[in-house]
Amino acid sequence: MPGYGVMHNLMNKLEIKNLYKIFGKDGLRAYELIRNGVSLDEVRGCLDAFPAVVDASFDVKEGEIFVVMGLSGSGKSSLVRCMNRLYEPTAGSISIDGVDLTRLSQKELRRLRLEKISMVFQHFALFPHYSVLENTGWGLEVKGVDKAAIKTKALEALEMVGLSGWEDKYPHQLSGGMQQRVGLARALATDTNILLMDEAFSALDPLIRNEMQQQLVMLQGDLQKTVVFITHDLNEAMYLGDRIAIMKDGHIEQIGTAEDILRNPATEYVAAFIEQVDRSRVLTAGSIMSEPVAVLPIWEGPSAALRTMRERQVSALHLVGPKQYLLGVVYADEVISAVRTGESELEPLVHPEVPAVGQSTPIADLLVSSAEYMLPLPVVEEGKLVGVVPRVALLMALGERVNASNGNGDGDVSAGVSNPARERELQTVGVSSASSAK
Amino acid sequence: MVLVAVVTGIVTWLLVVFRVPVGDWVESIVNWLTASAGWLFDFIRVIVNWMTGSLERVLIWPPSYVMAGVFGIVGWRARGLGFGALSFVGFVLIQSMRLWNDAMSTLSLVVVAAFVAVIVGVPLGILAANSEITSRIFRPVLDFMQTLPVFVYLIPAIIFFGIGKVPGVFATVIFAMPPAVRLTELGLRQVDQEVVEAAEAFGAPKFKILRKVQLPLAMPTLMAGVNQVIMLALSMVVTAGIVGAGGLGAVVYRGVTRLDVGLGFEGGLAVVILAIFLDRLTGALSGRKDGQKSTAT
Ligand SMILES: Nc1ncnc2c1ncn2[C@@H]1O[C@H](COP(=O)(O)OP(=O)(O)O)[C@@H](O)[C@H]1O
Ligand SMILES: [Mg+2]
Repeated sequence: MPGYGVMHNLMNKLEIKNLYKIFGKDGLRAYELIRNGVSLDEVRGCLDAFPAVVDASFDVKEGEIFVVMGLSGSGKSSLVRCMNRLYEPTAGSISIDGVDLTRLSQKELRRLRLEKISMVFQHFALFPHYSVLENTGWGLEVKGVDKAAIKTKALEALEMVGLSGWEDKYPHQLSGGMQQRVGLARALATDTNILLMDEAFSALDPLIRNEMQQQLVMLQGDLQKTVVFITHDLNEAMYLGDRIAIMKDGHIEQIGTAEDILRNPATEYVAAFIEQVDRSRVLTAGSIMSEPVAVLPIWEGPSAALRTMRERQVSALHLVGPKQYLLGVVYADEVISAVRTGESELEPLVHPEVPAVGQSTPIADLLVSSAEYMLPLPVVEEGKLVGVVPRVALLMALGERVNASNGNGDGDVSAGVSNPARERELQTVGVSSASSAK
Repeated sequence: MVLVAVVTGIVTWLLVVFRVPVGDWVESIVNWLTASAGWLFDFIRVIVNWMTGSLERVLIWPPSYVMAGVFGIVGWRARGLGFGALSFVGFVLIQSMRLWNDAMSTLSLVVVAAFVAVIVGVPLGILAANSEITSRIFRPVLDFMQTLPVFVYLIPAIIFFGIGKVPGVFATVIFAMPPAVRLTELGLRQVDQEVVEAAEAFGAPKFKILRKVQLPLAMPTLMAGVNQVIMLALSMVVTAGIVGAGGLGAVVYRGVTRLDVGLGFEGGLAVVILAIFLDRLTGALSGRKDGQKSTAT
């Protein structure tokens, strides 16, 4: 029950402008040179300077999960550490709610860290000599809150991450996943609006990682935090990110939604990168659906239905009521016998059970129903039929090979099959559609 | 021709005339110090004498067997019954060699010197851990302190403080302090950077991070430093005895100068007993810290 309005997430919570972080004692000189067009390699070569973040600019909107993605060494950690000034930026500005961090005194900065921005670390960074409860309460301890209040608040935060009952344990007694939950609870306990997460799930096993990702999405939905999430895993980026910034060599190469990036990679680098993404989890029914054609209003009769089927060369039809409300499906054989017996109403023939999917359903979850259903899968939003996903669109989306030069190539299915896992998936589809055809 | 003459001239000058008068400089520094900072040395002498004196009086005040019992109990609490019993036997042996008062005198000297070394050394180590420049300046100075032959700074120590316990403590502090600095620095640098960042990311001020996170996590290494300080301090006992600090050092020194093998050996054995006792005791402190919560709220 967050006290936020539903739709004012167009506000910029965080604004990063022309941010540079250059390590080494010639950092400032290197900055001048880079500004004047000297290449990074040259700068690295002749000065004691390691450019880690170069001219990064972006906004993070209130209540959004903003993901920064890039390979190891691309400057993600440096970038995120500049955002709470754990690292002193070389140049540029970072504004939180309109206040420029780079101008704050140390004291003001500490206050801001306490009140506005907290952080979750890759290797959890728990205090080994503190209990789970004490770890969670660290921010409050720093704030000078009294012990009883710390305990209440910390227990609350631990409950949010599902760790009730573990408060008296020590970090080394917990599994990795649980330790990171403590890390998350520690960040939640201070009630800051912004959460920085530096590869927070990268050190976890894949299964635990999935679980944590889901939990983060759920928590974010409840609490409406603004999250900056760092990862080197594109699948994770695509799953979590409302928007994603792709980083390479300190530069931000592209910023956009998962779909923007998948469909229109801005550079070759991004294109090469997204080759590895598991598209079936990123693309949604909504993004590949098309206009339904095998559809008929319920008030038409059986003979109209038969005619439509013949015209559209299908053996079933979706029936809709007023305002496109999806009512169900009718099958050719039953319609034919109804026409023979002179039935004038379609209503008795409607089978209401249809495998309807939502717009946001990832296409991975469509495979089985698509294989078992003779019509394109209906996409339904609030009961209304908004589109359908034909099987071929599904297979094409899975197999589509994105290429920077020719944009989103619409290559055929077999050409797009590049990795063994995907091949297996398609075979399963083939088998089950064959079996359901009978 | 001219060139040859010039070179020969320079070489001759270097060999015959040129001399860096380091000794003169040190001497004038020492003279200047005695003249202008005499009050400071007097003050230090009074303080150190008072510290060693009072500690010694406390240690000798109970009957020796009672005190041996106390040491036994301390050993037992720290490391277990076996070590406690052994400690008791060791101290009883010291008493039976009639070296009790000397041993307690030495113990008080060692404890005070180690205490001063730690009190001075740990903050220096903290400084070094936080600043690359300080660390780089300290390193050769610490090497210097440890490798300079002890007698070299015993002489100015005697000039400053006169004969007695104080120059002994002074020399011991100089010699024993480096590990306190080094291992404090090492311990602090070893603390996981991400953990320190985590503390910082929640707005904690530097001092709080030091006290609540860095020092507790550096504690095992720091205690290993304390242990080394004490061991080095003990190794200075005989030297201290030579400059009139008394105690077991004087006993051993007497044994050596009079060629009294028995006396020398007895004194040496008492030193070894003290060494083992203190070593295991401080070892236990450093070993015990890491598994448990220490200074957590
Ligand atoms: N403290 C530092 N001093 C010098 N160079 C650094 C420092 N931290 C990071 N770098 C360099 O900056 C670059 C980016 O590092 P980082 O931000 O950690 O990347 P990422 O988190 O994407 O792996 C790397 O080349 C790294 O070597
Ligand atoms: Mg990193």
